[in-house]
Amino acid sequence: MKRIYIHEEYCIGCRLCEIHCIAQHSRSKKLIKAFKEEFPRPLPRLVVEESGYISFALQCRHCEDAPCLSACLTGAMYRDEKTKAVLHDKDKCVGCWMCIMVCPFGVIKRDENNKIVSKCDLCNGEEVPACVANCPNEALEYR
Amino acid sequence: MERFLIIGSGPAAISAIETIRGKGSKVEITLLSEEPYIPYSRPLISYLLAGKIEEERLFYKGRDFYERYGVKAFLEEPAVEVNIREGIVYSTKGRKFTYDKLLIAAGGKPIIPAVEGKELKGVFTFTTLNDAKNIAKYLEVEKAERVLIVGGGLIGLKATEALLEWNLNITLVELADRILSLTLDKKASNILQWRLEKESVKVITSNTVQEIRGQKKVEEVSLRSGEILPCDMLIFAIGVAPSVSFLRESGVEINRGIIVNEKMETNIPNIYAAGDVVEIKNIISGKNQPIAIWPNATEGGKVAGANMLGEDKFYPGTFPMNSVEVCGIPTISMGLTEPEGNDYEVFSKEEGINYRKVILRDNRVVGAVFVGNIERAGIFCGLIKDHLDVSPFKSRLLDDDFGLIYLPREYRKRKIEEAIGL
Ligand SMILES: Cc1cc2nc3c(=O)[nH]c(=O)nc-3n(C[C@H](O)[C@H](O)[C@H](O)COP(=O)(O)OP(=O)(O)OC[C@H]3O[C@@H](n4cnc5c(N)ncnc54)[C@H](O)[C@@H]3O)c2cc1C
Repeated sequence: MKRIYIHEEYCIGCRLCEIHCIAQHSRSKKLIKAFKEEFPRPLPRLVVEESGYISFALQCRHCEDAPCLSACLTGAMYRDEKTKAVLHDKDKCVGCWMCIMVCPFGVIKRDENNKIVSKCDLCNGEEVPACVANCPNEALEYR
Repeated sequence: MERFLIIGSGPAAISAIETIRGKGSKVEITLLSEEPYIPYSRPLISYLLAGKIEEERLFYKGRDFYERYGVKAFLEEPAVEVNIREGIVYSTKGRKFTYDKLLIAAGGKPIIPAVEGKELKGVFTFTTLNDAKNIAKYLEVEKAERVLIVGGGLIGLKATEALLEWNLNITLVELADRILSLTLDKKASNILQWRLEKESVKVITSNTVQEIRGQKKVEEVSLRSGEILPCDMLIFAIGVAPSVSFLRESGVEINRGIIVNEKMETNIPNIYAAGDVVEIKNIISGKNQPIAIWPNATEGGKVAGANMLGEDKFYPGTFPMNSVEVCGIPTISMGLTEPEGNDYEVFSKEEGINYRKVILRDNRVVGAVFVGNIERAGIFCGLIKDHLDVSPFKSRLLDDDFGLIYLPREYRKRKIEEAIGL
């Protein structure tokens, strides 16, 4: 499957990935609208980690042997048969947080407004996920 | 064609079936289940009883699971005996089921203590979908108002949380000196007890039920302390025990649960077992014990399913962990949370209801507790599993921005590569 690869040596810590991730998952999918008019604002589905001169963006790895799939009590977490991505069905999630407990990358978040979790969906069918498309220094790559 | 027989229809069984079919195998699969239902998620019964979800949502694999996966299911037909010499399982309906390979995934049964009055109407356990339905019906029909929950572990708290939605007068009695004593540390237990009490739940610790009294139904309960509590309904939630009674004479080796190796094989060739019914290796203590949690059932079932097809898969074990939310306060605990002795190094941090604690032994994470802020707790789960030496960054473990960036670069890279199978 196609995945997002992280090149931390190129990351400049600008967080554009985060901003565009939010916009992509907003209702309008428009950056300014998403930040100015839509509340509550969607959560970014990635984390930007930073320490000293190092930084990188980290999103769901869509693991081959995904612990979140084994831990999910509701069938909300599932593997897309075509793309092999690990996706999350928000209508099935009850917010038990089992996936948060077992994800070794810590990339599943609690969406407190909706009492469900939120995670990377590889921008659901977009040619290139928004974080990758908007990275100014190719620190994220989709192949 | 090879015939697989599966006892049970919980996540261990389901995950084995998904694995078997996922690998393209066309073996004949027959399944026996004690309950009258298609696969459903037991943990969701508390959400159902709370009125937060519809019953349909419990059937987490869809209504047509057995058809889609080519499973011939016999419901409400528990196994009562296994004859290992002839390869036959007998059901309560007197039917015989032959097999080439057998998977025992019968899960756990709630423990009911031997107290006087336990047969009275109004006494329940809280494990199955029928339990949840029967409790709801009783509450409606009998207009029960005063409820006693016996046991302050995971299931007792789930029941409490659900019943809070019914506006009842709830008392929780726990034998240990605090709730969730097996999984949380003292501080976290205290936070949750405080929260429950704020919700008007009466929490009684270091005490238990001595006798249940009533004409036909529960009317009052006497506690070990001598106290008498009027009560209309009682729920036993003192734990589950592996469901092995039908195997006692079979020759399948059993301690508390079924004894299995890392391939989920029992001592008898062609008989496998997984889930709450087995003793699995606790990778922190090194000892085998039942670890009755969902991920252990799915992981064990997956490995059993693969090996039934002749593969060579191993399940190295797991450790106790859980995620419990009480009245809006989420908690996650894993491994050793209240260690005794001098071999441990403990880091903790508290801010209001947000509390975090990490326990190390020989510079390895062996336990963690999160209350309130549970974000990224799974990173610690990974550290326990990987047995990583955290000495280079242990002063950072509780930093707000703690993340993969503090882990050794090589480890981090390998971890990311391994996840995608590189
Ligand atoms: C209220 C509640 C909340 C929970 N919450 C959580 C949670 O938040 N997180 C977590 O990790 N775990 C939780 N658990 C535990 C989790 O549900 C179990 O660990 C898991 O279901 C075990 O799966 P299993 O397949 O081993 O067995 P089970 O799910 O126990 O299924 C056993 C199956 O075997 C059948 N059976 C039993 N005896 C026989 C027999 N003799 N013949 C034929 N069939 C038989 C039963 O009908 C059932 O289909 C919770 C459990 C309960 C009850």
